[in-house]
Order: sequence, then structure tokens, then C-alpha cells
Amino acid sequence: MSALIEVKGLDKAFGGVHAVEGVSFAVEAGQVYSVIGPNGAGKTTLFNLISGIYTPTKGEIRLNGESTAKLEPNQLAERGMCRTFQQMQICMNMTAIENVMLGRHLKLKSNLFSTLFRLPALLRDEQSCRQRAAELMEFVGCGEYLDTEASAMSYGALKRLEIARALAAEPKVILLDEPAAGLNGTETAALEELIRKIADQGTTVMLVEHDMKLVMGISDRLLVLNYGRVLAEGIPEEIRNNPDVIAAYLGG
Amino acid sequence: MVNRFMQSRLRDLVFLAIILFALPAFLSNPFHYDLATQMAIIAATVVGLNLLVGFAGQISLGHAGFFGLGAYFSGIMTGSYGWSSIPALLVGAVLVGIIAWIVGRPILRLKGHYLSMATLAVGFIIAIIINNETWLTGGPDGMPVPSLDIFGWELSPFGSYSLFGMELDGNQAWYLFAALVLLVAVWFAQNLIDSPIGRALRSVHGSEVAARVVGVNTASYKSLVFVISAIYASLMGGLYAHFQGFITPAVAAFDFSIVLITMVVLGGMGSTMGVILGAVVLKLLPQVLADFQELETVMFGLILMLTMIFMPKGLLPTIQMAVSKRMKKKAGGQA
Amino acid sequence: MFSEFLQYLFTGITIGATYALIALGFTLIYNASHVINFAQGEFLMIGGMATVSLMAMGVPMLLAIILAVVLAGVLGILLQRFAIAPAKQADVVTLIIITIGASIFIRGLAQLVWGKEYHVMPNFSSDEPIRIFGAVLNSQSLWVLGIGAILVVGLVLFFTRTLIGKAILATSMNKEAARLVGIRTQLVLMLAFMVSALLGSVAGVVVAPITFTSYDIGIMLGLKGFVAAAIGGLGSGVGAVVGGLLLGVVEAMAAGYISSDYKDAVAFSMILVVLFFMPRGLFGAKVVERV
Repeated sequence: MSALIEVKGLDKAFGGVHAVEGVSFAVEAGQVYSVIGPNGAGKTTLFNLISGIYTPTKGEIRLNGESTAKLEPNQLAERGMCRTFQQMQICMNMTAIENVMLGRHLKLKSNLFSTLFRLPALLRDEQSCRQRAAELMEFVGCGEYLDTEASAMSYGALKRLEIARALAAEPKVILLDEPAAGLNGTETAALEELIRKIADQGTTVMLVEHDMKLVMGISDRLLVLNYGRVLAEGIPEEIRNNPDVIAAYLGG
Repeated sequence: MVNRFMQSRLRDLVFLAIILFALPAFLSNPFHYDLATQMAIIAATVVGLNLLVGFAGQISLGHAGFFGLGAYFSGIMTGSYGWSSIPALLVGAVLVGIIAWIVGRPILRLKGHYLSMATLAVGFIIAIIINNETWLTGGPDGMPVPSLDIFGWELSPFGSYSLFGMELDGNQAWYLFAALVLLVAVWFAQNLIDSPIGRALRSVHGSEVAARVVGVNTASYKSLVFVISAIYASLMGGLYAHFQGFITPAVAAFDFSIVLITMVVLGGMGSTMGVILGAVVLKLLPQVLADFQELETVMFGLILMLTMIFMPKGLLPTIQMAVSKRMKKKAGGQA
Repeated sequence: MFSEFLQYLFTGITIGATYALIALGFTLIYNASHVINFAQGEFLMIGGMATVSLMAMGVPMLLAIILAVVLAGVLGILLQRFAIAPAKQADVVTLIIITIGASIFIRGLAQLVWGKEYHVMPNFSSDEPIRIFGAVLNSQSLWVLGIGAILVVGLVLFFTRTLIGKAILATSMNKEAARLVGIRTQLVLMLAFMVSALLGSVAGVVVAPITFTSYDIGIMLGLKGFVAAAIGGLGSGVGAVVGGLLLGVVEAMAAGYISSDYKDAVAFSMILVVLFFMPRGLFGAKVVERV
């Protein structure tokens, strides 16, 4: 049985600067897999490569055994990958629930004719889509915002909304890029709880995060990047005791 | 649970219908009807353009090209080849849709100012062809267009009609017809916006990268909306040609493209009712300013500039915001 | 055959040099503020028209030119100060409409002051055309090319050697950082508009004896300048010059060998072809999407 995500010898250079260099690892289905490392270690670049936003300079990424080299982000979404962003990508020209409903884009059959004439079949689909989106907003903890304009929501609520949107696609794997950034202690605790719940439902979670306490608590395995290269990889226990990691983090 | 969109949608449509059908009470001569009919046709064009510019966030500075193509296709097929109006309108719309798809596919990859440049170029090329192929289009002098026939029933500004026992002259009949067309155009646009397709379109504007990671094929949605807005323009161009009875290359000119996009921005991008207001204001302004004679151009430029500087969101959204703020204040004061 | 080609080439390079100057004006403003200034063509119009009318009042040519250029420069500053600066948060399209409004306004003023007629401006030097290999070169073309070249060299020196030029460059690269090191970015933006207006008006003056001038010449010339800037890649100075010359030559060749009715269509087709293969023009910067 091959891994859900398999990365081999991945390289990404921006005009001679290697943001990611020779990175290999594998994520098994059902895991919570975290990528950590100091600022500028290449974590977000790695996520952008995996989700198809950047094309690798060298190396290979396989999703469920299939090479993703020629796939656009929307095609990866069709294959069960969804993500959030460090710099949140919310459609501010929509309401909160519309953002989540957007997440169900692939689940909806839409044809122009039934759209233009607003046929009953379309209305039924929309109704159930809306219901599902409302449930998800409840699930991530922003159920009170349903018809609020996204532009009027708080930062923390938007962070949760973005997760709800990603979940709406019912992904096999969800990539969360620094979901705890900018959250306070209570919010972070709630987030930890949420990630656990997502994982318990059988969704594979990949996480980029700074908050060590959060990461160590929920991850099955961790990847530590430093200057674009792999510094260590393993279960939390191993990482915690790895001298290289300690040196990198304590600046020793 | 009532959908917010459903609510405002019905309200808008009913509101628009009331205004459109109450308006004749204030129209007193054929010139007024003529202006109102033109407004309705242009407004429907702008409602289509707004789908592209306001909702999907893609700039077009060449939309008059599609309007002109539709107008000339209708004019040529009905005038020179004896087609009847409806088939000419429909075939024209399909052809313009195909042209828009072919040119849209590559140019919609472009972003920001490069997209404005490319759409501007497409519009210009269409206008130049219409200007120069005199054998077909009559060139700069323009060409006459037969009046509209709807499966044998002729609608002409010079005819006379009766509707539910009311006697209507040709201008009044045309106005009612154009008002109906505008309502249908708005209804389609609203249906489109408030649907999975509409969400995908709006997400292209909101955050293209977010749209892509949830599976929206942004390239094909951009093409789709480009084609739809071009078809709106083509159909309205065809109707405009029939209504005017005479067309010149001005219907495809760059100036008119600028007028169309200005209506969208002035009225309020992404607000269907807003852009209709934009069309009305921009069409009325020259009439009002005509009294200033030599100062007309200066005043027009100045008003345009000042409105956009002080109401960058457009007329209607700014008014709506002001009203809701005042209402909130009132509610807060009473509590 | 050859003389014909040479003739088209002369025409093309002359008008191309004008396009290049307009495109440089676009580039300058685009770099400093990311605004595409649709009123750029009006600076040309002001340059030509003001010179003509001052000369008609008996002002000597050189002084008339200087006054016209200063007038355009002031107009550039006013445009930035009163139309662009107050709307800095606005959408790209909104800014486009604002500059279009400004151009209509300026055109309207010009029409009020100078009327709708075409005006003729005398050549700077002799009216005697120069003959080279059977082709005829208007002596004014040499003025266009010479002054164009001087302006380009002057711009390069301005941006590499002077503090003000470097400040404009720094602001265009990173406004926040520029502000932090003490550059008054508002002032810099105003300067960019002023220099851009100066460029445009000089182009308008030198080309006026060839093309005539009237209150509405700015529209088409401005658009051509935009096309040239986009061909070269918005924001690239080299691109603006190359794009301008290329556009001028292609247009002249198209007018000569294909049809003068379709020369503009050829120009606009060229921009589509260029953008099809190079979505950011010939010299445009490659941008990595940051998320």
C-alpha cells in the first residue's frame, strides 16, 4: 500500500535561490502530518508545490500514486486535495456561507440552462448545499456568521471559515498553512480540538505551524525543514530529542 | 431560513418593474420615449458587461465591439439578405459568442492592465473592420436597418399598436418592449449570479487562488462569463440597430466601449441595479449638460472625475451604504 | 523598391520615436503608482496646441515651447494632486475611469480655449526635405529623433545619477520601504507625473509640425503610447522605447504595403500576438504569485 502523498527529491528555485532543496517524505492516509521549521525554511513553498500552485524545479510529488506534475490546483482538488493559506484567501465579495458553499463547487452539477431559468432541480441542490455549508460552519465554530459579509468578520472567524470551505470539498487530505497564526490561547485550543475532530473523521491533515505545543500534541509525524532542506523527520518523540532540531530552534 | 439573495433579488426585480412601467406617466413626447428605449437597451448591455467586470473582476475596454458586431450582423442579414429579425439576432448572438470564446480563451489569461489592453485591441480591430468594409457595412456613412419583425409582427417606431385596448404609438410600443427585454436581462443575470456558476464567477474576483484550490477551473469560468457578456452585447446591439433604423460604426467604437464600462463603474460594479442607474445617469447627463453648450465636455469630464474620486464604489452602493448607516444610527438612537 | 522601404522606415521611426516618448510617460507613472494614465495623450495635445497658440500671439518659438512644456508639467502635478492622490484606495478600473474623466476634462478645456480646428505648426528648421537613396526625409523627423534620443539619455541619467530619480525608482519598488528611509513618496509621485507630462508635451511639440495638431489628437496618440508600453512590457523603460519604435515601424510598413485603412488594425493585432506569446510584453518582469 503506497502512501497518500509521496514526495521525492523535491526542488524549487527562485532565480538561483533554493527555497526547497532535495526534500523527500511520505504521508500515510489518516495521519496528521506537520511541517515545522524556522521562518524562511521553505514550509509555505512546500505547500504551494504540493497543492500545485508552484511547479517544482526538480523532483516528484505523487498523490495516491499519481504524479501531480501536470495537474493544476483545481485538478488536484478533483482528486481530493484542499488547502488553506497563511495569508487567508477569502472571497471578500461574498457572504460567509457563500464562501463555504464555494467549497462544494465540485459536488454541484451546474448547467447553464437550469441556472438561467432557475429550475427546481437547481434550487433543491442549492438548498442542500446551503444546509451542508451551515453544518460545516457550525462544526468549525463560526455558525453564528451564516449570512454575514465576509468582509465584516473578525480575523479568527475568517481563519475558521477558510477551514470550513476546505472541508466543504470533502477532501481526502487537507493542507492547513499556519492555522494558528494570529490566534490567542483560547482560539488555539479550540483549533487543536477542531483539527483532532477533522482527523477523527478520517481526513488526512497536513499542517504547517509555528506553535510547537499545538504541533507536538496532535501530530502523528513531523517534518523539520531548515534552509529548504530536511533537518529531521519522525514521530514527535524523536523530533523533540533530535539534537539538530534543538540546535536549530535554540539557535545553538 | 430565507436566502439573503432571494430576498433582495425579488425586491430588486419588482422595484425595477414598477419604475419601468410607471415611467410612461412622465414621458410626454416621442423624444422622451426614444431616449428611454435607448436607455433600456444600453442598460441591458451593461447588465451583461457587469457580469464580467463587476462580478468576475475582468476588465473589458472593447465591449462595444461585440455590441457593434451584433448590430451589424442584424442589420446586414435583415437588410441585405432578407432574413427575418429573430433568426438574425440569434445566429448573430451565437457567432459573437463563438468569436468571444476564441479571442477570450488566450486574452483572459492576462491580468490587470494587459487584459484591458487586449480587450481594447479586440474592440478596435472590430471597429476598424466595420469602418473599412464599405461594401458590406456602408463604411463610415453607416447603413439603414429594417424595423424589427417578430415572426411576421412588425415593431416600428412609426407604427401604431393597441395593447389591452390601449392605443400605443410606435415609440411607446418599442419602449414597453425594451423595458420587458431589460427585465428579462436582469432576471437572467440575477439567476446566474445566485447559483453555483455565479459563486464560481465571483470567486474569480474575490480570490482566484482560493477558487482554484476548491476545484474551480477559473480559466473556463472566465471564458464563460466573457462569452455570456458578449452575447448580451450582441443581442442588444441587434435590437438597437432595429430600433434606430440606422447604424454607424460609432456603435462599435472605442468611445462607446468606454461609455459602457464607465456606466458599470459609475453605477457600482457588482450591483445589477447600480449599473442600470449608471446607464441612466450617463445617458441623461449629456441631455442635461447640453444647456451648457461649450462647457458640456468640460462639465462631463469634471463630473465623471469627481464622482469616481468621491464615490469610488459607484453611485448606488454609496447611496445604499449612506442610507443603511443612517438607519442604524436611528435604530441605535431609539434603543 | 528599396527607396520605398526606406521611406516607410523613416516614417515609422519618426512616429515610433513619438510613441516611445508617450510610452515612457506611461511607464514612469505606472512604475511610480501602478496607474495607467489614460490622460497621457492630453499632455501631447497641450504641448502642441499651447506652442502654436503662443506663437500666434507673437511669442518666439523657443520661449513658446518652454512655456507650453511648463504648462503641461503643471497640469501633470495638478492631475496627480487632485485626481489620483485622493483616490489611492480605488480599484484599478475606477482609476482608469478617473484618468479618462480627466482626459475628457482637459480636452474640453482645450476645445474651449483653442476651438475645434486643426492648427499648423512650422518646422523647427528648414522646410527643405532631405533626400536619401531616393527616399524623402522631413527635416523635422531629425528633430524628433534627436530630441527623443536626448530625452531618453536624460531620463537614464536622471534615474541613475540624481537623488530625485533614485527616489522615484525606490518608491516604485517598495513604497513602504521608501517611506521608512525618509523619501516623501507623495512628492515623488507628483514628480513622476510631472516628468511624465514633460515627456509627453515635448513629444507633442516636436511631432506637431509633422502631424498638425488639434484639441483631440491626444486620444489616439495616447492609446498608441499605451500599446507601445504594453508591447514592451509595462514598467520597463527599455521596453517602452523598443515597443514604441517597433509599433511605429510596423504601422508604417502596414500602411505602405498592406493598406493605410488597416494600419491601426495591424498595430492592435500586433499587441495581441505579443501578449499571446509573452503575457507580460517583451521586457516585462516575471512575477511569482505569492500566497
